[in-house]
Amino acid sequence: MGNVLVFAEHQHNKLIKPTLVGVTAGLEAAKKNGGDCFAVVLGSGVDAVAAEVAECGVKKVFVVDDAALAKYTADAHAAALAQVVKDKGIETLVATATAVGKDLLPRVAALLGAGMAGEVIGFNDGGTMSRPMYAGNAIATVSIEGSPKVVSVRSTAFDPAAKGGAKAEVEKVTVGIDASSKVTKSVDFSETKSDRPVLTEANIVVSGGRALKSGENFKTVLEPLVDVMGAAMGASRAAVDAGFVPNDLQVGQTGKVVAPQLYIAVGISGAIQHLAGMKDSKIIVAINKDEEAPIFQVADYGLVADLFKAVPEMTDEVKKLK
Amino acid sequence: MKILVTVKRVPDPNASIKVKPDGTGIITDNLKYVVNPFDEIAIEEALRLKEKSGGAEVVLVSVGSKTAQEQLRTGLAMGADRAILVVAEQELDSLAVARIFHKLVQDEKADLVLLGKQAIDDDANQTGQMLAALLGWPQATFASKTDSLESEAEKSGTPGIQISGGAAKVVREVDGGLETLELPVPAVITVDLRLNVPRYASLPGIMKARKKELKELAIDSLGVDVKPKLKILRLDPPPKRQAGRKVGSVQELVQALHNEAKVI
Ligand SMILES: Cc1cc2nc3c(=O)[nH]c(=O)nc-3n(C[C@H](O)[C@H](O)[C@H](O)COP(=O)(O)OP(=O)(O)OC[C@H]3O[C@@H](n4cnc5c(N)ncnc54)[C@H](O)[C@@H]3O)c2cc1C
Ligand SMILES: Nc1ncnc2c1ncn2[C@@H]1O[C@H](COP(=O)(O)O)[C@@H](O)[C@H]1O
Repeated sequence: MGNVLVFAEHQHNKLIKPTLVGVTAGLEAAKKNGGDCFAVVLGSGVDAVAAEVAECGVKKVFVVDDAALAKYTADAHAAALAQVVKDKGIETLVATATAVGKDLLPRVAALLGAGMAGEVIGFNDGGTMSRPMYAGNAIATVSIEGSPKVVSVRSTAFDPAAKGGAKAEVEKVTVGIDASSKVTKSVDFSETKSDRPVLTEANIVVSGGRALKSGENFKTVLEPLVDVMGAAMGASRAAVDAGFVPNDLQVGQTGKVVAPQLYIAVGISGAIQHLAGMKDSKIIVAINKDEEAPIFQVADYGLVADLFKAVPEMTDEVKKLK
Repeated sequence: MKILVTVKRVPDPNASIKVKPDGTGIITDNLKYVVNPFDEIAIEEALRLKEKSGGAEVVLVSVGSKTAQEQLRTGLAMGADRAILVVAEQELDSLAVARIFHKLVQDEKADLVLLGKQAIDDDANQTGQMLAALLGWPQATFASKTDSLESEAEKSGTPGIQISGGAAKVVREVDGGLETLELPVPAVITVDLRLNVPRYASLPGIMKARKKELKELAIDSLGVDVKPKLKILRLDPPPKRQAGRKVGSVQELVQALHNEAKVI
């Protein structure tokens, strides 16, 4: 029986949306494998998180409540998660490829001697999976030999599971986390503060590129448009490298992958590494003064214009709609 | 201190990658290969740590075809001390590569391993985390720094990773901000884009690199299980997105988004 376990990530004991995506993927994998889908919550004081996950369609929720897991670190979490996979006879471990998922899952896979497929975008008949390679220039069909198997899924590839279903059973489990498996200390977190929607969860994303020229211009030119649209802000690597905006706004192969209803690329050329992070958006708009810019090849609507003129104009036009 | 840095030979990120019609791989004719860009950053960081401590040795390791010599030479020309190439012509997965590195780390008695966070061909983002698990060492992935790539600290070549008193302090890029980790060394660290700007190999560096040791090991000589668990069955080109249309003005754009696409 191919039972699936979904790692239910939370932040400060609050469930996060990517976890619901992982649940959908887990349910799908279980259906294809003819097994059940369970979830596991690791942490300290996480009963509320577990209760929420229990309403998402899984068969059962395991909870490891341990002070050693109060703050996420890869070493302790991987040890605990690998133990649950073994104890519960899990065939496939699934998590969403968030920063935590990417940090944690390969470590668990190696502890289990398991093969791993990362950023999976689909489960196929016959047990194979699809995942992008080469910055999205190729879609690979892959299979994992042996059991257990470890899979991280791309957050844009599955819909979040609906909450509010029948409550599944919550079972406390203990795993011996010996002190030596937790030696890493998280000593500081400098949060990118923002009142805007989370980049990976927003319906509209407005991203700026190198053409914005400064952090100041991001504020005075781009932000008014972002805010009038109720959008999240994103950026190209060039804009982030230049220090215009914080790191975690980078969209692309090596940054965040987004697939909003509407993606507006402003002064971004459309390098393949950038496209890898946004080309599954429903509608793509490009504003660029170079009509040959590659971004226009993927844009539903392209505007050849100087952004310093077009963006303020667009902000006004959108305001008129409200 | 001995620092091991992994170096993967990958297609040039600026090359256009096309899948072969029969789905068995990508078209490699005339493809240029480079050091995985993240690994260049790892090499740079190791060199900075060496320059700062005064007494480290930087050893490059790679697994792959003999042609990966080229990428190792590039790293040696940047300033690394010597290199090891595990010659393997077969398909490997991240776990197999991690097992090979595990063996090399033990044989070399390394104190620190630096890897790129991700290879830009398989986009796996796994090898470092797997290696850390096999070694039973702590890990810090996605190492970055708080100063920008245009800061004074960066220009003066200050390492972003701080190592002192048997512990490493690493700033890492995570969802929602930057986290700082403290972990005891030996440790495995994978590096992200904004940790540093790698140096170019100088002409004297290139000359010197020719004489540096580049040892080749046959993969079978290591006694490591390298049977891949992740198998790539076929490759397909991604679904193509149709280009839409150009609009003549901002008004037209906003109207189209409102009335036609109905997204605002
Ligand atoms: C290993 C690796 C990983 C990478 N990962 C990522 C990633 O995750 N995300 C990412 O984005 N990039 C990534 N890159 C970088 C990528 O290759 C490009 O260099 C980058 O996306 C370019 O950013 P840009 O489009 O802002 O800048 P540019 O390429 O410089 O483009 C600027 C654009 O703005 C236009 N422009 C200039 N002035 C104006 C104006 N006044 N009005 C309107 N338009 C104007 C120009 O015509 C041009 O098209 C990666 C690269 C490598 C090697
Ligand atoms: N065959 C290889 N040879 C050398 N280094 C490798 C190899 N495979 C992976 N790596 C290293 O592991 C990092 C992560 O790779 P991956 O897990 O494949 O995305 C890369 O940046 C490399 O430093």
